[in-house]
Amino acid sequence: MPKFQVGEDVRIKDMYFEGHHRTTDYVKGKSGKIIRYFGSYENPEILAYGGDGKPFQDLYWVQFTFNDLWDEDVAKEEDKLKIQEMRKQKALNSKELKDKLNIEIYEHWLEPL
Amino acid sequence: MSDELIENHHGSSHHHNHPHDNESPYSHDPSSHNARMKSDSEYMKDTVVPVEHDLDYFQVRVIGIMNVLKEKGILTTDEMRRAVEDIYSETPTTGARVVARAWSDPEFKGRLLEDAHSACGELGIDTSSLNKLIALENTDSTHYMVVCTLCSCYPRVLLGQPPTWYKSFPYRSKAVTDPRGALLDFGYTPPEGVELVVIDSNADCRYLVIPRRPAGTEQLSEESLTRLVTRDSMVGVADALTPEEYEKVAVD
Repeated sequence: MPKFQVGEDVRIKDMYFEGHHRTTDYVKGKSGKIIRYFGSYENPEILAYGGDGKPFQDLYWVQFTFNDLWDEDVAKEEDKLKIQEMRKQKALNSKELKDKLNIEIYEHWLEPL
Repeated sequence: MSDELIENHHGSSHHHNHPHDNESPYSHDPSSHNARMKSDSEYMKDTVVPVEHDLDYFQVRVIGIMNVLKEKGILTTDEMRRAVEDIYSETPTTGARVVARAWSDPEFKGRLLEDAHSACGELGIDTSSLNKLIALENTDSTHYMVVCTLCSCYPRVLLGQPPTWYKSFPYRSKAVTDPRGALLDFGYTPPEGVELVVIDSNADCRYLVIPRRPAGTEQLSEESLTRLVTRDSMVGVADALTPEEYEKVAVD
């Protein structure tokens, strides 16, 4: 049974461990919304080392706004300078902050907000 | 514009990805690999593919692996050649057929958006190699564009091999930090008022974008429509061609 429901707000765990991370760094620690449940799949972080991928992981589509992703206030220290620079160059324009990003996240990377 | 982009992308991915010979692990002391029957340089002399230019690190590595597979009797040269041939036999024409059917038949489009695997099956396209295929429709209110920030995930059975820019670091980072800037690099601006949704294809799903149907194509047959559906429009970094644009391309 999937632990999270469509429409639920979630946070991507900001975790580090040695090995393959199928969750990308730029969404770690950020908050988004579950917009779709895809089903249960073999865990690629185990498959990556020749394992059987068990236990299966529930996979969700999590949606962020660009504002959620690149908000200076929630950014990691090391990203803050980069974000300030992007805003200064207007690389992140106001239209863009309302744009959305959907990414696939396995359940073990998610926590309730 | 897009040539320039490809050049830039190639330039920097080359810088990150392909160390030159002097940085290659092939310059290591061969005695550290004494479990092997041949030294690395001996494997390299016996190439299974014709080579006319200097090789970068990954090409050297691929040829080395191919030679080991051949020597150990795991695969023959012909089997490897056929596998490569198979990989390149997939082309975006397959995806274009799916899009043209969706444009021509609203009920098919509904089924495609609901369950892309079975809809492709109706056209005799086997998508069982993909865990989950999802079709996304670009409309006047939403524009989807696809990137894989982790590597180069791509619905190859529908679109063939991904272009170099899709695999490059600049596209992969810009699509998730400055997507409208990334589209502008291709000379593309989404219609005014549209919500842009970037899809990071990082896990089990693969995505087919159904581009907006160009104006003035109401009378066209499904076959003529297929020609308007370009690879890049099915990734969402461009629109499909108008009949006028297609004529221009065809004449050139």
